[in-house]
Amino acid sequence: MTTVTLASKRRRAALRTLAFMSPWLIGFAVFFAYPLISTVYFSFMHYDGFNPPTWSGAKNWTYVFENYPLFWPALRNTLWLVVIMVALRVLFGLGIGLLITKIKTGTGVFRTLFYLPYLAPPVAATMAFAFLLNPGTGPVNSLLEKAGIPAPGWFNDPTWSKPALTLLALWGIGDLMVIFMAALLDVPTEQYEAAELDGASPWQRFRYVTLPNISPIVMFAVVTGVIQTMQYYTQPLIAGKVASGVIQGAGTMFEPGYPDKSTLTLPQLVYNLGFQRFDYGSACVVALVLFVLSMAFTSLLMRRRGGLMQAGD
Amino acid sequence: MTQVLDHPAALKAPVSPAERTARRKALLEWIAVHALGVAAALFFVLPFVFVFLTSLMSDSQALSRDLIPHTWEWGNYRKVFDTPGFLTWWRNTLLYAGAGTVLTVVSSVPVAYALAKFRFRGRNLSLMLVISMMMLPPQVIIIPMYLFWAKQLDLSGTLWPLIIPMAFGDAFSIFLLRQFLTTIPNEYLDAAKVDGCGDLRTLVRVVLPMAKPGIAAVALFQFFYAWNDYFGPQIYASENPAAWTLSYGLESFKGARHTDWNLTMAATVLVMAPVILVFFFAQKAFVEGVTLTGVKG
Repeated sequence: MTTVTLASKRRRAALRTLAFMSPWLIGFAVFFAYPLISTVYFSFMHYDGFNPPTWSGAKNWTYVFENYPLFWPALRNTLWLVVIMVALRVLFGLGIGLLITKIKTGTGVFRTLFYLPYLAPPVAATMAFAFLLNPGTGPVNSLLEKAGIPAPGWFNDPTWSKPALTLLALWGIGDLMVIFMAALLDVPTEQYEAAELDGASPWQRFRYVTLPNISPIVMFAVVTGVIQTMQYYTQPLIAGKVASGVIQGAGTMFEPGYPDKSTLTLPQLVYNLGFQRFDYGSACVVALVLFVLSMAFTSLLMRRRGGLMQAGD
Repeated sequence: MTQVLDHPAALKAPVSPAERTARRKALLEWIAVHALGVAAALFFVLPFVFVFLTSLMSDSQALSRDLIPHTWEWGNYRKVFDTPGFLTWWRNTLLYAGAGTVLTVVSSVPVAYALAKFRFRGRNLSLMLVISMMMLPPQVIIIPMYLFWAKQLDLSGTLWPLIIPMAFGDAFSIFLLRQFLTTIPNEYLDAAKVDGCGDLRTLVRVVLPMAKPGIAAVALFQFFYAWNDYFGPQIYASENPAAWTLSYGLESFKGARHTDWNLTMAATVLVMAPVILVFFFAQKAFVEGVTLTGVKG
């Protein structure tokens, strides 16, 4: 008798879980698993969206890696952004986080001002920066020239386009500031007091008290930064489009990664191959490269911060 | 330090030289920190100021190097609204963001609740998959997704491919809500069960009222995600201007009026303004959300 109720109880619990999880289970199957498998399938097919797909073996793969002139520049740019942009963002975010914890007057105002740019819609923010940094009439170069500093070409110069994007990324540091601020305020004050009693200098206190306490958050910021960079799409695309002066719908084909492929990222290649060249097969190859890189970093995030999953267990 | 400044009488009391140097050091530090703060504030605020000032310039002045408008052309904003399509983009964006937010919250809450409070086999695996989905660049699966919506369902040129998936749980929202729900003590749930509440009733009557801040954060993030989304509308809506959203239309605005920086910046202000306005009303929820994804857990 008891075993029957136990079994039915268990079945009810399973049904309940299933019911509550069902939106996501359907979503997972339809919007994640199915398209992922299809991406693998299409990467071995020749498909232009009009004629039925035909098997092409490894042709798309060799095309992307050997003959598609944009792949390696895009990968190099992504690497540049992963190393330099992410590092600067973490350092700057930490710096702003530290600054905000030290500010004692008008903290709320400062915090709001530092946070606001993070909210600016990426297209609007990029348009704003394309205007601010435009070499001819932009206010930034006007100010630089007034100060006697040679003004860079920013989004119009291949050597300066990625630094310009980095500047835009630093402007939107608000999310990291909040995360670092919370972590910094969580450092136990007794540890600072103890260090002070031992005669530790401010740098030593930072190095031996602050840093060890917030290192999981630093790691989190680095890995999520890298994952975000794998998705970096709107800002470099809009910056390139606006700087090159392309007019949408006027028959002019946008030069991908303007200027000189310097703002090209991997997600842009998926768009270029799939939706501009109608080579869905090769687009899927780039998509899979993106998938492998992102998952590698994601697993790093989950391993290093096992924490992501621990809460409540 | 502020304590000393607040009480001038304290300054008159005799102080030892050591205390005086300590005070002087604290004052210098206060000045240095606030000077840095002001410098940083300029870096974050000036772009907004320049954009706003340019949005009020005349056509010819916007092409010059002047920073301050000679005449304040408030009419620029009217011109933006008069641009064909601009109001349609607003309507579409509100529809995408509004419907998307409601659907996301409704479909993500039960999943997050199950992941936070139910014990079942495969729970950790599910959570790992949710995180993986969250980290996946949308471009990885866009080709099959596009072919599915456009070729099989013939829905390209509409907002449906953007809105419908929201009814099936959004990975980021599930994760954030789950982080929030784990902070609600189990005792409340047990008490509800003792009182004879079923699971659904416990969720609706007991958990949801306590989860309001988490839900507010998710709703805001989702709303802004849709508001800011460029890639989705570019893929699904670009072929039909009647389905464009603000983010997508804004970029074309620059193309249509490619030398008019003043109008382009006025349009930029109009796209940014709602986001910033909403933020001022809902600061707490935002900051809480960002913290939850990063620190807790």
